[in-house]
Amino acid sequence: MKPDLATLKRLLKTDAGADRVVPPAGFTVRLTLFTAAAMAFLAVFALALSLAAGRLADSWGEALARSSTVRISAPAEQMAAQTAAALRVLQTTPGIADARALSDDEQQALLAPWFGPDLPVADLPVPQLIDVIETDAGYDAAGLRLRLSAEVPGAVLDDHTRWRRPLIAAADRLRFLGWVSITLIALATGAMVTLAANAALAANAQVIAVLRLVGATDAYIAGAFVRRFTLRAFGGAATGAALGLVAILLMPSGGETGGFLTGLRFEGWHWIIPLLVPPMAAGVAFLSTQMAARRVLEELA
Amino acid sequence: MLLHNKASRKPGRGGAGVIELENVAYSYGGGELLTDISLKLAPGSFHFLTGPSGAGKTTFLKLCYGALRPTGGHLRLFDRDVTQMDRDAIALARRRIGVVHQDCQFLDHLPVDENVALPLIASGQASPDEQENLAELMTWVGLTNRAHALPPELSGGERQRAALARALILSPEVILADEPTGNVDWEMSQRLLRLLVELNRMGKTIMIATHDLSLIRAAKAQVQARVLRISQRRLQLAGADL
Ligand SMILES: Nc1ncnc2c1ncn2[C@@H]1O[C@H](COP(=O)(O)OP(=O)(O)OP(=O)(O)O)[C@@H](O)[C@H]1O
Ligand SMILES: [Mg+2]
Repeated sequence: MKPDLATLKRLLKTDAGADRVVPPAGFTVRLTLFTAAAMAFLAVFALALSLAAGRLADSWGEALARSSTVRISAPAEQMAAQTAAALRVLQTTPGIADARALSDDEQQALLAPWFGPDLPVADLPVPQLIDVIETDAGYDAAGLRLRLSAEVPGAVLDDHTRWRRPLIAAADRLRFLGWVSITLIALATGAMVTLAANAALAANAQVIAVLRLVGATDAYIAGAFVRRFTLRAFGGAATGAALGLVAILLMPSGGETGGFLTGLRFEGWHWIIPLLVPPMAAGVAFLSTQMAARRVLEELA
Repeated sequence: MLLHNKASRKPGRGGAGVIELENVAYSYGGGELLTDISLKLAPGSFHFLTGPSGAGKTTFLKLCYGALRPTGGHLRLFDRDVTQMDRDAIALARRRIGVVHQDCQFLDHLPVDENVALPLIASGQASPDEQENLAELMTWVGLTNRAHALPPELSGGERQRAALARALILSPEVILADEPTGNVDWEMSQRLLRLLVELNRMGKTIMIATHDLSLIRAAKAQVQARVLRISQRRLQLAGADL
């Protein structure tokens, strides 16, 4: 349905008269207020959940999850041979897309945070690292370990990031479900407001008859109801969203270790998103009341 | 003054009636309640509409202000056929017709003065100027001291006067009043009648549905009024016995 611009304009105009022709605070209007508040509260949580899950999925990125490391600790004279042997094994292992020995410079860069930039890596018995990138299908870790231990005695397979793969899938799913929830919340809000507006319009058939008697147009009558419901939905949603934000601000912070649970908050510009909940609720109420009003006014004609 | 300021608005063009019925029929779904009704309400005319209870007086008036659409024949409001008017057009036409409903019909949650001003509010004409007119009109119908009461707190006569004031606030060309003296004593009915006669002298077209024959007799002493009677589904000119 295309929003009716004339009605929208009238809505934004401060016209106390139009507001007063609808009997004050009926049960249905209070119902709208409460529903909008509850739904906005839920929407803020669903948003926080979605965004946090999204952040988690991003920071545990695919690249990280797909890479593992083979570490070779061997006497200096065997290092090159064992590295070559390990690379051979890795290159013939199904499920491995790429295996690459890190250069001295790269290893030095990795160690620099601990030992400073001047560490003579070549002269020290530091293990050689091989960066392993797996395919989507992945490799059989247990089989690879057996082959490595048979052919390269100094090799250790470190696949610590692999356990994160199902978690990343779960985080992605959680983000998706969060958005599904937000959509459902919007639709449920629309349905509730439609029911409430329908009930209010039907209960006020007499008011509508009087307004028609004195020459009010359908647009004017609809506008009076639409305005009432839109403003209440906005007010309710603003309250609900504010409470939701406070609840999220009050979530105990667990620093780095808390991970997902304490990550349930908004970061940076994402704080703007929950502020959009009240206007969105008002928009949903505007559209649903408008449709309900059109239908009821048609029926009462 | 309020009652004059818009009275110069032109009535229907070319001397045609402001409300014209041509072989109009109406049925609520069962048999026809009204059949083959033709009438031209000339601008400035004064009509009474009588007939037994249930004859269809209220129905006839509802046709005249577009609340019901004829099920047969042609009905023109201000020279426009109602079949060609959508609800918005009907709403606009209704601002030129002041209606005193049989059971008044107010918004019970708004005080009397706002109810009287409702046609102004609903047509977006509420302004300080009109505030003055409203006060004047409230005085004219003698409701100044009841302006802030709620409609359910009014007496029957006060309700009728408030309904009349509301019908007049937009300075309409036509006034259709359904039993405007239904709930009031003789004295009050004479006062209301004098108000309507005065309005007619200002050029307004008036039609009053009533079964109060004494009211009709009293009116005939003051204005030239035609008396119509609905009888056996048809509209007839009542005899001179009235
Ligand atoms: N909405 C409606 N649906 C069906 N029948 C109706 C409806 N309104 C009125 N009627 C019937 O139509 C007939 C005429 O009603 P109307 O109100 O026009 O009579 P009236 O002449 O004004 O009577 P009264 O003098 O008692 O006011 C009545 O028999 C009434 O029951
Ligand atoms: Mg009647």
